[in-house]
Amino acid sequence: MPGDTVIRAEALTKRYGSKLAVDHVDLEVAAGEIVGILGPNGSGKTTTILMLLGLTEPTSGRAMVAGFDPLRDPLEVKRRVGYLPDQIGFYENMSARDNLAYTARLAGLTRREIDERFTAALDRVGLSEVGDSRVTTYSQGMRQRLGLAEVLMKRPSVAVLDEPTTALDPHSTAEFLDMIRGLKAEGTAVLLSSHHLDQVQSVCDRVALFHNGRLALSGTVTELAAEVLGGGHVIDVEAHGGDLPKLLAAIPGVVRVQALGGDRYRVDCQSDLRGDIARRLAPKVDLVGIYFAAPSLNEVYARYFAEARDAVA
Amino acid sequence: MRSLRRRGGSPWTGLGTVVAKETADHLSSARMRILEALLFLTAIAAAYAAIRQIRATIGESPFLFLRLLTMAQDPLPSFISLLGFLIPLVAIALAFDAVNGEFNRRTLSRVLAQPIYRDALLLGKFLAGLLSLTIGLLSLWLLVIGLGLLLLGLPPSSEEMVRMLGFLVATIAYGGVWLALALLFSVLFRAPATAALAALGTWLMFSLFWSVITPIVTSLIAGPAEGVLGPNLRFLQVQQIIDRLSPNTLYAETTLALLNPSTRALGPVLVTLSEARSMVPAPLPVTQSFVLIWPQLTGLVATTILIFAIAYILFQRQEIRA
Repeated sequence: MPGDTVIRAEALTKRYGSKLAVDHVDLEVAAGEIVGILGPNGSGKTTTILMLLGLTEPTSGRAMVAGFDPLRDPLEVKRRVGYLPDQIGFYENMSARDNLAYTARLAGLTRREIDERFTAALDRVGLSEVGDSRVTTYSQGMRQRLGLAEVLMKRPSVAVLDEPTTALDPHSTAEFLDMIRGLKAEGTAVLLSSHHLDQVQSVCDRVALFHNGRLALSGTVTELAAEVLGGGHVIDVEAHGGDLPKLLAAIPGVVRVQALGGDRYRVDCQSDLRGDIARRLAPKVDLVGIYFAAPSLNEVYARYFAEARDAVA
Repeated sequence: MRSLRRRGGSPWTGLGTVVAKETADHLSSARMRILEALLFLTAIAAAYAAIRQIRATIGESPFLFLRLLTMAQDPLPSFISLLGFLIPLVAIALAFDAVNGEFNRRTLSRVLAQPIYRDALLLGKFLAGLLSLTIGLLSLWLLVIGLGLLLLGLPPSSEEMVRMLGFLVATIAYGGVWLALALLFSVLFRAPATAALAALGTWLMFSLFWSVITPIVTSLIAGPAEGVLGPNLRFLQVQQIIDRLSPNTLYAETTLALLNPSTRALGPVLVTLSEARSMVPAPLPVTQSFVLIWPQLTGLVATTILIFAIAYILFQRQEIRA
């Protein structure tokens, strides 16, 4: 249910000395959309986020977040944006309630709003039992949930989550991703930066891939796969005997063949060639199976950066 | 383009919240309690010793109450010199980890992601420190006056009250200088221990070594202290200037002039014999004492503002991400 554009960055650039940390990044996010931000460490993800939040001044370029310019009206932007930093910290000697009440007061909420929203938010992240304990007693995963509760309390129109699932166990991660989907359902636009590609793929509508400060690719996972893998379709073939790679490569429409180990091969093709492959291979080899493999973000990512490295070398 | 840019919203949004939270932190912290215990015990001991001395020796003096603060009795120093020594310590302890602490706890980006400017955070931290210091000093001040009332059995005159109030204000201003300095170091150094050491080093330099450094530097600039025709006037002048670069000197001169009404001038006095004869040998009225310390007091406040401004600029330029 994407709606109006809530984040728009135009040629956003940040220069530290002679190093370009972010280089002319254009980005658009609509309300109720989850956009995953990917890229190696130091590729400009966090700097872009900080510029969108008005926490760092861009060297050049413009941004519009929730209808305001973060450079000109940072307070209006920050009132509407919830931010979960990658390394989150709390005042250890204060209770979770006091910690969140402090930031909520800074955000301009009244005492009554704070009480109501705190209870609701803690309930949603599953911490209502320990809301009055001091944060010292919290595990890293609980802190991350508490950080999300802080974002929820603000009822933001944009939520920026910087590597929120880094310290979570698989079960909590699944819960966390559900909470992110909940934000989307409420019409909140979510920017999710993460290194866990399968998580990003499972939750995000679109993906933006950063590389050396540039926005290298953006679109849905299928679009990226079409661009990087050559075709949008990936087929796994398992068979015994014969020179399988050579046979497969000879089929028209096959872009790439890759050995997966054993007698398994992965074939990137421009269209769904399962029928062709079956017809061509069946007389020559002992066919075990042909599987349709959805393009995985992991693969797109690995391939993109392998090619980027080759291009440099 | 940047010069035309005007930020929307008030820079003071959230200031009250920051001050309230930080003050509550200070007042409930173990660090503050230890320091206040130290300050209260030593200062009250000094005042008590002075009271006993006053009762034993002096029958009548127009400024008995003020002597309570200025009189030293072995082995204790006077109340004011004790304060002059300990106030910087308290102020440094209140602020040395103000900003870098937020960095290290990783709370800074969370707090600054709220709709406030950095101005409110830094000023709020400074004001909260000043408020905590004021609360401590005010209670100490009242305690000493109460002690004097009980043990001396006579109330302070209105003139004495005005002078003591002036002394309280000067002490807070003096604390402000050290608070601002500690805050500056907390912006400058990422490690709180480094910031504390730097601030304590500055404190030691001014409180212990400044009197050693001053004559050396002075003789480098103005030549030997004793000229052919007697004391070298230029030496004295330069020495005074360098001496007054230290906030401790400014504070000591302020308290001296305020609490010792017979102080007529600060620094060397050059008068002819006839002029000296025509001077009235009486204590100065309050207003004149205030005129005398006005430059010192302004100097303390100005130093505070200057140091805070430097800290402010550095903090504005700092990147949030660690």
